Amino acid sequence: MTCAPPNNPNTALQLDAHGRLRHFLTLDGLSRAHLIDILDRAEGFLGIARQAIKKVPLCRGKIIANLFFENSTRTRTTFELAAKRLSADVLNLNVNTSATAKGETLLDTLRNLEAMHVDMFVVRHADSGAAHFIARHTAAHVSVINAGDGRHSHPTQGMLDMFTIRQHKGDFTRLKVAIVGDVLHSRVARSQITALTTLGVEDVRIIAPRTLIPAHAEATFGVTVYHDLRAGVRDVDVVIMLRLQRERMDGGFIPSEQEYFRLFGLTEKRLATAKPDAIVMHPGPINRGVEMDSRVADGPRSVILEQVSNGLAVRMAIMSLCIGAHNFNMNQQDAADE
Amino acid sequence: MTNMTDAVNHSVWQDAAAVTAALATMASDLKQLCATRGINTPLMVGIHTGGVLVAERLHQALALAEPLGHLDISFYRDDFTRIGLHPQVRPSYLPVPIDDRAIILVDDVLQTGRTLRAALNVLFDYGRPASVLLAILVERDGRELPIEPNVVGIRARLATGEQIKLTGADPLVLTKLVAE
Repeated sequence: MTCAPPNNPNTALQLDAHGRLRHFLTLDGLSRAHLIDILDRAEGFLGIARQAIKKVPLCRGKIIANLFFENSTRTRTTFELAAKRLSADVLNLNVNTSATAKGETLLDTLRNLEAMHVDMFVVRHADSGAAHFIARHTAAHVSVINAGDGRHSHPTQGMLDMFTIRQHKGDFTRLKVAIVGDVLHSRVARSQITALTTLGVEDVRIIAPRTLIPAHAEATFGVTVYHDLRAGVRDVDVVIMLRLQRERMDGGFIPSEQEYFRLFGLTEKRLATAKPDAIVMHPGPINRGVEMDSRVADGPRSVILEQVSNGLAVRMAIMSLCIGAHNFNMNQQDAADE
Repeated sequence: MTNMTDAVNHSVWQDAAAVTAALATMASDLKQLCATRGINTPLMVGIHTGGVLVAERLHQALALAEPLGHLDISFYRDDFTRIGLHPQVRPSYLPVPIDDRAIILVDDVLQTGRTLRAALNVLFDYGRPASVLLAILVERDGRELPIEPNVVGIRARLATGEQIKLTGADPLVLTKLVAE
């Protein structure tokens, strides 16, 4: 019963023989049906926020370890809260400051956590491919979720953005979507572009200075590149702003933040050419007055805080899908052994 | 996953007229029960998907003031550790706070009682109701938990392997499925 031909290395690593999500590492290689399935399931988790007791017992007795090799309070917090709402027990390991500093290798750290019967690792790392590496080397009972690896991918952020877009716009195929800012350093942008393309958006634009756009972006990503904000956002339904990642810039990518804002900062005036009902998104944290004006960030078109709430539901859906697939497979294994 | 390939025989078990008659009995029994218990403004809640179909009819028949609530029990099922996440989860919806309210919980078929166990858990994560009554369209044998309905439309004894399924919304028909 194999329904997922493992011709894409990501597919082989992420999906089990039944096409269920074993790990969630990248959106690359996932079909439109997979993405829609995740979005549909996340809808169900939205309602939990309306319960007096904001918890469901799905992952009771499971242990989820947040392995953050790179600091990120916000992402760690949403993963932690999502896990807690699923009734899982959560371990937060700030790996920078603990075992690795004492010389323990990454694999030794993993083996120790596996011996504690951890069921899921949520991994954030400054190196691209770190979550893949861990998924390849971890025990069979453990799922790995990529919470951001280097410049490569941030798939849960990509999915929560798609969820927010679908809530406001419904059908993806007719949308025009502009991604504005530091695409070069952005794993978020890569996941967004993959998700938008997979979901059938034909008009994806990236808008940035030449220094912040990867070489051959148009050919590689199937997007249209603009260097002028006003021209780029013309008639778009969705404007996604990216954070200027100063911590990843090791050279002169922009003259100054003031200069950047003058040319690429989103203001109400520059947004005027977009569709009247266009929404404005940002993965956070916002550099106010650098990527966008506060009047836009706090204005009626901004859905930035909805993205945060949706992020919880989407992460709950992805975590329970992976843990559920493992439960199923372990159960099949037990049945086969008997 | 052997069931997927097995042939299943469908046949109409109770037609639309029989279901309508059973619903009328349930509505009148519920009215009487509420009067006996001194319940003036019950809050009716159907369990997805069949329970909501039954509850819609009862809600209309009793002309209840408050909108109908629905519960999805997927996140509270006791077989998640065996089969994983249920594919279709609809958000639960309770129109008003349920604290200190008399609830009428409605489902289409009561067999093992596991769905109702889960439904009670969902309900109590929304608040602390004053009381919960259980109204069931088809009460059949096969209970695995100590759960009994207050109001029943049709009582049935069925062979193992026989299943009853409600289809609707209009007309409402009960189908018997027999795995061959």
